[in-house]
Parts: sequence; structure tokens; C-alpha cells
Amino acid sequence: MVALDLLLNALAAGILLGGFYAAVSLGIAVAFGLLDVVNIAHPVFVMLGAYVTYIMNVRFGLDPILTGLLFTPVFYVLGVVLYRVYYMSFERKGAESLRGLVFFFGILFIVEVSLLLAFGVDYRMVEASYIGKTFQIGPVGIAFRLLVPCVVGVALTGALYLFLSRTFYGRAIQAVAQDSFALRLMGANPFRVKGIAFGLAIATAALAGALLVMIGPVEPAMNREYIGRVFAVAVLGGMGSIGGTLVAALILGIAESLTSTFYGPSWSVAVSFGVLLLALAVRPSGLFGR
Amino acid sequence: MRRNGSRTRTWAAVSLLIGALLASGVWPGLAGAVDPIKIGFGMALTGGLAANGKAALIAMQLWEADMNKKGGLLGRPVQLVYYDDQTKGATVPGIYTKLLDVDKVHFVVSGYGTNLIAPAMPIVMERKLVFPALFGLANNEKANYPGYFQIMPAGPNPAVDWTATYLELAARQTPKPQTIAIVGADAEYPHNALAGARENIKRLGLKTVYDSTYPPNTVDFTPIVRAIKATNPDIVAVYSYPPDTAGIVLAAHEVGLQPKMFGGGMVGLQFAALLTKLGPKLNGIVNYDFWVPEPTLKFPGIEDFLKRYQAQAEKAGVDPLGHYLPPWAYAYLQVLGQAIEGTKSLDQQKVAEYIRANEHDTIVGKVKFGANGEWATSRVLQVQFQSIETTDIGQFLKPGKRVVVWPEQYKSGNLIYPYAKAMR
Repeated sequence: MVALDLLLNALAAGILLGGFYAAVSLGIAVAFGLLDVVNIAHPVFVMLGAYVTYIMNVRFGLDPILTGLLFTPVFYVLGVVLYRVYYMSFERKGAESLRGLVFFFGILFIVEVSLLLAFGVDYRMVEASYIGKTFQIGPVGIAFRLLVPCVVGVALTGALYLFLSRTFYGRAIQAVAQDSFALRLMGANPFRVKGIAFGLAIATAALAGALLVMIGPVEPAMNREYIGRVFAVAVLGGMGSIGGTLVAALILGIAESLTSTFYGPSWSVAVSFGVLLLALAVRPSGLFGR
Repeated sequence: MRRNGSRTRTWAAVSLLIGALLASGVWPGLAGAVDPIKIGFGMALTGGLAANGKAALIAMQLWEADMNKKGGLLGRPVQLVYYDDQTKGATVPGIYTKLLDVDKVHFVVSGYGTNLIAPAMPIVMERKLVFPALFGLANNEKANYPGYFQIMPAGPNPAVDWTATYLELAARQTPKPQTIAIVGADAEYPHNALAGARENIKRLGLKTVYDSTYPPNTVDFTPIVRAIKATNPDIVAVYSYPPDTAGIVLAAHEVGLQPKMFGGGMVGLQFAALLTKLGPKLNGIVNYDFWVPEPTLKFPGIEDFLKRYQAQAEKAGVDPLGHYLPPWAYAYLQVLGQAIEGTKSLDQQKVAEYIRANEHDTIVGKVKFGANGEWATSRVLQVQFQSIETTDIGQFLKPGKRVVVWPEQYKSGNLIYPYAKAMR
């Protein structure tokens, strides 16, 4: 018989984990889902965000979340510049499919090696007053180390959803995802709109990195462990669906947590990807894909 | 013509003089520059094990410098020839083939870690080479190759001996613990350690209430720790890599896991990076180690070595303490060097026989190898984290924070039992 408090705690842990997965996957949902840009380097930008957070925390004692927020504009500019290079070199020439993938692989290695040269290979963690503290809601224990990333992840998803659905540029991004030629006929510049969207995708990595280094120690090569997971979340949610990304992240987080608690943690990844395959068999375009 | 003949004679005289100096060993530096003794290896300088690999390389270069300062080996300077194995086993055979066939090294030693030693073994065995190895767990168990000498003091039956000390220490407590939970990552080292732990658990008559592995990329450990807590074990033994270790220790505090003993084989609790971040959360944990700055482990040369290592470590971005791997990386070259000097030979078989037959004085103490190339007797320490109040790195350079509680020979303090009493 399953103990109720164990079940409730597993569900809570899964939700918290899901919120964090959503934050890490949002950039892929925008770049891959809306723009068709296979930015396989996204997790390395998350790692870059983690290291920026670490430096600001160690040198100036800045709170990880505050650092994440402060650096989102910087990452936005980085994203816009990166997209410009990608567009000029590949997309404009219609060579984005395979060469673009190689380009982002190259970016991944360059950023990873730069981090290695700058910080070495030791593990890095941050300190904050709330890390390590917990509180109880009935039988359920909640750790701030996981609650803060979840709340920020959900808030980030909400903010991105509102931006894409309520603002002019947000609608333009959705339009360019559907038909960039039609958008051009309306007098808008698809290249500029895509640049803004890609900038936003990379900007989310600054915050996601701050959340990552808050949960546990990081080292430069760790980004590769997230590649499969973030693409799985984006695909399960439905390509380009921001709300779907959050739902998919929560499903995978809860599946992982329940499996770890009741059936053994070694099955957790298999169950998560099993859920993904099952969902895609029923809905090939993802849960909320069109 | 006369003038040319005179010049020729002058050059001949100079050549003879230089030759005589080289032959007499009066000018060893120049002699060595011509023909050094080359020691080759692959090392993890990038990838998952690079933090340790880079630290090991600093230690090995210190040994190289020390040797050359003393005049080298057999009157010839020593030269390390190395390549980055990228923490990938697939690169290792190519590296060792190149070292032997292109670089023409005289000896090879292993890189760091079980997974990177294994791919070099077939080449080494085929060519009948002496092979000092750095921190491999049970690499020679099946092959039983006579040229293999592994410096980590796991003991003659590595997988079993490695885990024995923690579990035996637990079994000696009063009242004797009855139940145990074991958990580890889905990877080579934890799998070997878990297999050894199961044998020891059976031998000691403990009852296993939780036995599981987790994927290496696990983000949140609270579900795992909560599942362990639900089984209410007396002892929890964890065999994890650094990021998991941090996750498990944090989750244990968050969930309130308080068995009577907690720890075992957590990699990472030997390095400054985790020690300085986890700080007081480490109190009470009992974990394996090989060297800590306790008065019972002050072997000749270790303190001088650590001072020189620490001076270079920060710049290189590696562990600033250097207590875990670097002394052993220095020591396995010391063993090889002593064997070359002892046999006055570069013959692989003679050097291997010398290493096997003799006890070696190193900065990690006296080293004696058994028949299978592992330490003749295990020297895996169990240390308990005690009285840690801050996250300051300086405290870990002094005694009293990582107290040796096992074995008796090196004991520097008493175990605080149960775990909750030492947690504060």
C-alpha cells in the first residue's frame, strides 16, 4: 500500500522539478518550436547563465535570481547577435538545416571550452539565505532550493505567454512562425521579428542558469545532460506552445518523481521518455501542438 | 690547406671534450636533453573527470621537476609525455599506441580513473609493460596481469575491501545496527562499490531495506531520499559522484533523513568545492578518504608537496586543497622512479619484479603491493566530519574537521554516534 504522505511529497517534488524543467526548456520552445531554429546549444547558454550567477554570487554576494534578472538583457543582445550571424551565414542562403545544426554544435563547444578555460573544471555552487531551508504544508515538505526555481519557472512561462499573446511583437513572432512570407506582405520584417524571438529564447537561459546553479553544483560539460531533456519537453508540449511546455515539463517532472519514489530511480528517465513516446503516438504534434 | 687542417683539429678536440663531459655525467642536463627517460600517459584534462585529471597532472609535473632537480633517473633527465584523453575511454588505445610507437616512451602509466585505465590494459598486457595505475577500482580483477600496480589503497579485494571499512565500523556500534539502505549512481564505480557492499552486508548480517541506483543526470534527489527515509534504515550507504553527492546531502537535510550512520562512498566530499559549499551540513557524515591533514597521517614529504601543489592549484582552476588525488599521482611515479633506480634498468620485467618485491617509501606512506597489483592490505580511511561551523576553506587545511575514525592504526578521534548527535 502506498503511503499517502509519500505520494503527496512525490507529487510536490515532481511539480517543483517540472517548474524548473519548464524554465530550462522555454528557450527551446521558442527557438525550435516557433522559429524552426535547432538551437542545440541552448543548454550551454543555460550553463553560461549559471556561471555568471556564480561569479556575481561569489564576488558581490548577489542573489542568484537577481543576477538572472539583471543578465537577461545581456543574454537577449547575445541572442539577437547570434541569430544575425546564423541568418546571414545559413538561413538567408537556405542552408540552415544541416549546416545550421553544425553551427550550433560549434557554438556549444566554443562556449563550453571557454567556460573550461575561464573557470576550470571544478564544481561550482552558489549561496543564498534560503538555500537549504524548508517548510511544511501538512505532511508535505517543501525545499526553497526547489520551490524558488519552480515559482520563477512558472512566472517566466506566464510572462512569455502574455508577451506572445498580448503584444504586437509577440503576435508578430507567432505570425512569423506560421507564415513568414505573409508577414513580409504585411510590411513587417521577418528577420527582425525572428531576431527578437531568438533574443528572448537566449534571455530565458540567463534565468534558467541561475535556477540550475541554485539546485546543485555545475561544471561546464554538464550542459550536454540537458540536451535530450529540454527537447523532450518542447516536443511533448507541442512545438511552439508555451503553455504546453509548462504542462509537459510538469508531466515529466511528476513522472520522474513518482518513479524515483515508488519504483526505483534508475527507471525514472525510461518512464519519462516512455510517456513522451506514448503521448506522441496519440498526438504526433505534441500535447498542445497545432 | 694548413689553415683548414688546423680548424678541423680544433673542432675534433671540442667534440671530444663535449663527448667526454657527456659520458662522465659532469653535464647531466645536456646529456639528458639528448636522451631523457620518457614516461607516457593519457590524462583526463577535459570532460567529466578533468577536475581530478588536471590536479593529478600538476602533481606529476612536480615529481618530474623534483627528479630533474636531483639529476634525473640513472643520470638521465625525466620527461613526461602526455595527451588529453577527454575522459573518453575510446581515445585511450590510440593515445597509448602513439606513446609507444611514435613518441617511443620508455614507460607508460595510467590516466585517472577506472573507466580510463581499462581501455589501456590490452595494449599494456600485449606488450608486457609495467603499468602503474592511478585510482582504478578492480581493473585487474579478471586479467590478473602481473605488471599492474594500482596506487589507490583499496586493498587486495578492491570492490569488497573498499566498502568494508564503513560497514564494519557501523556493525561495531552499540546497539548493533540491523537495517541498511544502499544507493548509488548508474555508473562503473558505484556499481562495483554496490556489489562489494552487498557482499559485506551479507557477511555482517545486516538486513537491506533499500537497494537502488539512479541515473547519472538526476536533478532532484528529494524523492530518492524520501523513499530511503520511508524504509527507516539504521545505516545509509551512498556511492555517488560529486554533483549527486551535493544533491543527496542537501536533500537529506531538507527531508530530515537521520539514520544512525550516513555516508560511505560519496565522491566529492574530499574536494574544496563541495566542502566549502556544504559546510556545517557535513557534520556527522562518515565517508571514505585516503588522506586528510590529521596528525596520524603526516608522512615525510607530504606537507612540502601540498604547499607546492596548492601554490599552483588556484591558477589552474583545480581543487585548492589537493588532499584527495594529487599525493597519489605523485606517489605512483615515486614508486616507478624508485624501481628504475633500484634495478638500475629500463627493463620492464625487472622493474615490475622490483615493485612487486619491495616496500616503497612515498609521500602517502609505505606502499606494498599484493599479488594482484593492489595494495597488500587495505588503507581506506573512514573520516567523520566534526565541528564544522562555517564554509571557510581554511578550516579544512587543519586537523580536527575530518577526523579519522577507522582504521585503528590511523585513528585520530572517536566516532560520534549516532549521526544526529554529530549533526548539531
